[in-house]
Amino acid sequence: MAISDRLDTTFAALADPTRRAILARLASGEASVLELAEPFEMTQPAISKHLKVLERAGLISRGRDAQRRPCRLEARPLAEANGWLETYRQLWETNFRRLDTVLHELKASSGKRRQAKKRRTR
Amino acid sequence: MNAADTVTITTPSDREVVVARTFDAPRALVFDAYTQPELLMRWYGAPGRSLVVCEIDLRVGGAYRFLWRGAGKKDVGMHGVHREVVRPERIVRTETWEDWDAGEVVATIVLAERAGATTLTSTGLYPSREVRDAVMKAGFESGTRETFARLAAILSNMHASKGAA
Repeated sequence: MAISDRLDTTFAALADPTRRAILARLASGEASVLELAEPFEMTQPAISKHLKVLERAGLISRGRDAQRRPCRLEARPLAEANGWLETYRQLWETNFRRLDTVLHELKASSGKRRQAKKRRTR
Repeated sequence: MNAADTVTITTPSDREVVVARTFDAPRALVFDAYTQPELLMRWYGAPGRSLVVCEIDLRVGGAYRFLWRGAGKKDVGMHGVHREVVRPERIVRTETWEDWDAGEVVATIVLAERAGATTLTSTGLYPSREVRDAVMKAGFESGTRETFARLAAILSNMHASKGAA
């Protein structure tokens, strides 16, 4: 799948608040369907439906343990979805932090100039 | 980090990207830092590259050229022409990436001052969605792992605050 198609699938899966909350829970460690259903006050079939969407999007994987089948967060699609926007934002954040320093100096020197002018006109 | 130095990035349409940020300085100074080569060269970098050539003819119809260089990396150049120059509040210019047949981007930079602070809004209008996404994705691969670590932290914060509410 091309990266843009994968992103579409990822974003569609992320569009639902329950699915985002499930991912947030899985960010702190793997969990079974039962463990996931509890905090969300949802039935197991309802949670399973969301898990299927997340699994199809490659956002989670399910363990082999037949009884528990624990869900695990998968790094790659999330990193891709967030990555290119986030990297772009980081670029500007880094640049703008440097710009803050430049502006701080400009402010300081223009303040000094104003003071000097005042002294001269006095 | 306080709200004033948060960069926001939005995509109001398929062909646009808007970068906005508030600076603790009057807009005349932000305008200078955006348009004077010796100041621009101190802050306007690209991933792993610094701005080494910066020539600006700041008037309508005047050209400019930027060149970024980084160790072991190919130089990246961008040039264009100013379409509007209204000191200290607005610049409209074209942006053409050199060695990359992507077409022309039109950038509109607006500076709004309020109580001594300046909000900068830079809107890039791209020839197509594909070009816009490609520009934003440039340099993405390098940051993937770190990004995921951050995302995991964000997600768990979201989860924690939801639990607290």
